[in-house]
Amino acid sequence: MATLSRKDVEHVAHLARLGLSDDELARLEGQLNHILDQYAVLTELDTEHIAPTAQTIELENILRDDVVKPGLAAEEILALAPERAGPYFVVPPILGEHGN
Amino acid sequence: MTADLTRLHAHQMAAGLRRGDFSAHDLAAAHLDRIEATDKPLHAWVWWDRDAALHKADEADDRLAPARADGPAALASLPALLGVPVGLKDLVLTRGERATAGSRILDGYISPYDAHISERLKAAGAVLPGKTNMDEFAMGSSTEFSAWGPTANPWDLERVPGGSSGGSAAAVAAYQVPLSIGTDTGGSIRQPAALTGIVGLKPTYGRVSRYGIVAFASSLDQIGPLARDVRDAALLLAVIAGRDERDSTSAPIDVPNYAAQLPLSDDEAAARLRGVRLGLPRQYFVKGMEPGVEARIREAVAALAQAGAEIVDIDLPHTDYGLATYYIIAPAEASANLARYDGVRYGRSVRLPGGDYIADYLETRGSGFGAEVKRRIMLGTYALSAGYYDAYYLKAQKVRTLIKADFDAAFEQVDALVAPTSPTVAFKFGARLADPVAMYLSDACTLPVNMAGLPGLSVPCGLSEGLPAGLQLIGRPWSEGRLFELGRAYEAITADAGWRTVEPRDLSLLIDPTTPAAADRAATVRGAA
Repeated sequence: MATLSRKDVEHVAHLARLGLSDDELARLEGQLNHILDQYAVLTELDTEHIAPTAQTIELENILRDDVVKPGLAAEEILALAPERAGPYFVVPPILGEHGN
Repeated sequence: MTADLTRLHAHQMAAGLRRGDFSAHDLAAAHLDRIEATDKPLHAWVWWDRDAALHKADEADDRLAPARADGPAALASLPALLGVPVGLKDLVLTRGERATAGSRILDGYISPYDAHISERLKAAGAVLPGKTNMDEFAMGSSTEFSAWGPTANPWDLERVPGGSSGGSAAAVAAYQVPLSIGTDTGGSIRQPAALTGIVGLKPTYGRVSRYGIVAFASSLDQIGPLARDVRDAALLLAVIAGRDERDSTSAPIDVPNYAAQLPLSDDEAAARLRGVRLGLPRQYFVKGMEPGVEARIREAVAALAQAGAEIVDIDLPHTDYGLATYYIIAPAEASANLARYDGVRYGRSVRLPGGDYIADYLETRGSGFGAEVKRRIMLGTYALSAGYYDAYYLKAQKVRTLIKADFDAAFEQVDALVAPTSPTVAFKFGARLADPVAMYLSDACTLPVNMAGLPGLSVPCGLSEGLPAGLQLIGRPWSEGRLFELGRAYEAITADAGWRTVEPRDLSLLIDPTTPAAADRAATVRGAA
């Protein structure tokens, strides 16, 4: 299994939207590689014909009736907004100059 | 009189309230007084609200008094936990109240809804004083990763209570509450129960609804009781368990009256062991296990055998792959569950000048999450990323199948498994912070049980060098009743054991005003400022 370079760590941090200091990046490079070393044992096992387990409960297609029920109180939810304008959450622009 | 009330077990409190031996107000006040007097050095609680708790207790009295006047039928129809104090781990949501999951990123968050189990506990009349301390987002085995400072172990205030449900465990062990709720993803109920000398159960995955529980790893998380005896744990499980249509993984399986099924007499309880086949998995006597802990486990197994259980050597050959498998799957699921903490709708939100939303995410999450959480998000993100998904996440899911198959095969031969809960007793603050893997090894005996989705019960089984050791009982899916029966039987056959009379050593230090706060002790032992 591959080891992580500093560039890899920076890439993963960006994917995870985690802003990390140089100290943190350096420390994580060492710690993550140390943890990844522990994963090497899994290559000892032949799992070619083993089905993956996503969850152990084996329930499928759990449905409920399509009936309108009261939701949560909008005002209580909006009260948590870091920035709001009436019934709207205010966010920085995602389209345009800084958007994709 | 008030000091005595906190020493009762929850089922005795419930009975005493019905008889009118004391009021719910006095019962709540006794516990709140104890929390106030002891929590500076212990730090089991993130917050508690005396007035709100007493108000709930008064409501309980308003129902108890007329029921006592009306007679036995009226008393019998009262909800199970009416007037009994129960601690809630800080990731259980209660409407209108703070929840942080031990994290700075949720500082100030007030939940707009009740978790399913909060609804159940309120309907059962429980008095909920506040929220107990935990490792941030349930990621940890010592409660040292709480953003609010660590919790101490009442047995030795320089040692950890275990984690991530360390606050819930310490609160029960220190008689601040008779019952508390924890969550267990890799051992976070069972391991702190073992380290603080109390009972803790991780139910079968799907037994208790996860709606309104801050998510860590959705295929592993389960909610369960911590208590000072098996009967109390059974009482609490029956209140919180059962199908909830808001959690599609909660099972449509009936909830038995677990406590009522337990024998009242020790003789009857012990008799239930006769003919029971208990498997002893040899891989659970892990490298690094303390000799004193191993001795307590083997003595416990000998006692069970003497009482009539048949002990069968069991092989769970994939046990040693559990750590790697868990530390791929859990962080992967966590990286998805923690993506929601982006400062858009709630919680910590850093908005930098310039309006660059990516920069805002980086700073919000970078400054809001602690080091262990960031480590696990990084691991999880990497394990799921393009090019690595097959080698890590998919591989781990396949090994998970093998781990589960080991247990399925074992249960064809035996009724339950008996094993250590934790390979060591409580360790000192700072002892496992230098190497993340050293901390992860705390859960070597517990995390395979989460991977297989099985129920696991930890019961105290003696002391090693003055500190508690825990015996773990692992059962088939939905066998919580059987585990309680076996745990109760073990309590019965060890009822006269000397170690059952030993109190947590540092209880007296908790009420000494000169005892330093938990965080100060942690810093001193770690050698940091």
